[in-house]
Amino acid sequence: MKTFQTLIGASAIALTAGIASAQSDITVAIQLEPPNLDPTGGAAQAIDSVLYSNVFEGLTRFMADGSVVAGLAESWDISEDGLTYTFNLRSGVTFHDGTLMDADDVKFSLDRARAEDSTNAQKALFAGISDVTVTDPQTVTVTLSEPNGSFLFNMAWGDAVIVAPESIADIASNPIGTGAFKFDDWVQGDRIEMSRNDAYWGAVPALESATFRFISDPTAAFAAVMAEDVDAFVGFPAPENLPQFEADPRFQVLTGNTEGETILSINNKMPPFDNVMVRKAVAHAIDRQAIIDGAMFGYGTPIGTHFAPHNPDYVDLISNSQYDPELAKKLLAEAGFADGFTTTLKLPPPSYARRGGEIIASQLREVGITAEISNLEWAQWLEEVFKAKDFGLSIVSHTEPMDIGIYANPDYYFQYDNPKFQELMETLTATTDPAGRSAILAEAQEIISLDYVNGYLFELAISTVAKAELNGLWLNQPTAAVDLTGVSWSN
Amino acid sequence: MIRYALSRLISLTLSLIVASMVIFAVIEVIPGDPASFMLGVNAREDTLAALRAEMGLDQPLHVRYVDWVWGMLRGDFGNSWTYKTPVADMIADRVWVSLPLALYALILSTLLAFPAGIYAASRRGRIGDTAVMSATQLGVAIPNFWFAMIMVLIFAINLRWFSAGGFPGWDRGFWGGMKALTLPAISLALPQAAILARVMRSSLLDMLGEDFIRTARAKGLSKRQALWRHAVRNALIPVLTIIGLQFSFLLAGGIIIEQVFFLPGLGRLIFQAISARDLIVVESVVMLLVFVVIVVNFAVDLAYAAVDPRLRTQA
Repeated sequence: MKTFQTLIGASAIALTAGIASAQSDITVAIQLEPPNLDPTGGAAQAIDSVLYSNVFEGLTRFMADGSVVAGLAESWDISEDGLTYTFNLRSGVTFHDGTLMDADDVKFSLDRARAEDSTNAQKALFAGISDVTVTDPQTVTVTLSEPNGSFLFNMAWGDAVIVAPESIADIASNPIGTGAFKFDDWVQGDRIEMSRNDAYWGAVPALESATFRFISDPTAAFAAVMAEDVDAFVGFPAPENLPQFEADPRFQVLTGNTEGETILSINNKMPPFDNVMVRKAVAHAIDRQAIIDGAMFGYGTPIGTHFAPHNPDYVDLISNSQYDPELAKKLLAEAGFADGFTTTLKLPPPSYARRGGEIIASQLREVGITAEISNLEWAQWLEEVFKAKDFGLSIVSHTEPMDIGIYANPDYYFQYDNPKFQELMETLTATTDPAGRSAILAEAQEIISLDYVNGYLFELAISTVAKAELNGLWLNQPTAAVDLTGVSWSN
Repeated sequence: MIRYALSRLISLTLSLIVASMVIFAVIEVIPGDPASFMLGVNAREDTLAALRAEMGLDQPLHVRYVDWVWGMLRGDFGNSWTYKTPVADMIADRVWVSLPLALYALILSTLLAFPAGIYAASRRGRIGDTAVMSATQLGVAIPNFWFAMIMVLIFAINLRWFSAGGFPGWDRGFWGGMKALTLPAISLALPQAAILARVMRSSLLDMLGEDFIRTARAKGLSKRQALWRHAVRNALIPVLTIIGLQFSFLLAGGIIIEQVFFLPGLGRLIFQAISARDLIVVESVVMLLVFVVIVVNFAVDLAYAAVDPRLRTQA
């Protein structure tokens, strides 16, 4: 009997010890604080970083590898003509305030996003929707005005998450979604706290609570990770410190790809860049690897067109614009600029642009092009470069997923106007079979590569520094998200 | 005394009016459309127009200025464009970090500077004086953000006595809050203490050369007694001026230190609001800081009069 009691006592101690040592909370740092907590009302990526998949979910969702899978819609039927999508919603899904998520909420969310007075930053995602009809509480039918092969992809964006009319008024400060974590508190300037949603419809996450902190200064970021104030820093801002973390057994460094095609944007309507020879010369004057090494400390994958290299449809076209300054000089001479010319290089604040800009300016100088650098803040950049198109060259990372379609818009800031490409994009939109889409996408990549629309530099990398015991963090960023639903601690 | 206070009050009001106009004008001419910043590169023109109307940006400039001033007079600072919450609430939250931090730093700096300055003056030319002066020289020369980083390296990363930054909030305990503010307060205080100690010393030395000190000495007071009874009080006027300026600097100038320690204070709020073109927040916070600086200067002016009876009859 005594032995039995000892046994029970011992196992009780072992049990409590086990519980005590298993960590179930996490503190994640990201660089920028979200300006508000409404993923459907602003372009700031930080909003999605904190809330996407954790608090809010859409009809479909992105997985870590970039694939699109079922979200709040369990399944869907697409009509023969590709115009009607019938979504079958999951049953028993509730919002964090206890109200049921049903077809009315889906209709409300989609109608709100496409309404006249909508302030949705990606309103174009919803432009093709002509009607949303509630068939029954679990079924909603979306009618499109023309077939759209990327409709399910579009519905996975953070801007297309499902919200409820009951909680919409306070969404910016008190977000109520259907996700695996519910929002608790936001101490502005410092942190956002959330806790596990035990009523979640899917697999309940391993973490009980999560805190997001916002540390923008690279030195402070380094200190916070070293002092173990944070468990993970997603998008660590100081690449020069990464080798130090890699060598430290306390930490792991995950370096993956984002959807950010970093390009030297060229104003295609501004002489002399309206001449394809000049653009080709610029492309050959650039040494991508030197920029990746010099500006990004070696983190980044070279690209030869405007497409993410981890996408299965990516075509390697780097050979079209190999680093060849002699060829660049020859092309310039043929175009009538043997003595070179002077242009502007307007740089937004991120380090890829500021550091990369210096290197590109010196590379262009080698072939006789003088690029006068001016550093702009984002708001200024949007005004001068993006809106007024008052620039020769600029460096920007285009972070929206699958955004090759911007080359079909002649009013887009780099002003590429090619009817053949525009037609091709229309065909793409109307094509729903995967093989056909792949072929069109390959052709599209080739066209813009050979037209030397922009200088294609590299795919922006994202580095995450985390405690060695953390599992399940996303390596790549198919969309801006710090998805904690699959994250756990191993002991 | 009353006339003196009144004239100060009138100049205070005029300063505030001029400041509000300058702040509004300067911030409005900064290039960059807040709406396109918020909605990003894929926003459509009709979406932008809808947002501008929502933020009141379609109103003419003078109407917005009058609305802004009238709102502030009633304590209504409007709603932040990006955060979509009342600016007054945001400021109220942040003040409870910035104000304690500034006071904490000011107290530390005064506690260090007074003894150091008085000691150096009383030991003029001797080894103690040289030691204090060299130390303050160093204190003035070291930039506070660099000093802050070194302290983080030693006390947060190596010794783990403090966390590297952040602020838990006063609702989670007073001492936790104080602990989080300690490294930032020290970083802010040391350079200020160095300046203050030098001013204290030179002001005292000036006094020690005055006739009334010689008279006091002739009366039979020791050098030390003359210093404590007569010189220190008279040396306080320039020191008070410096303290007034320093408080304003500590409150408004914590921007860099708040970045280094990622503290949710007013400085960080301005920093974020400027880069997000949240103009209404920038205008209101800057106006508030101007208000505080002007009121502190007003208080310092009144304090002069308390220390120096001659000022009460002048002006």
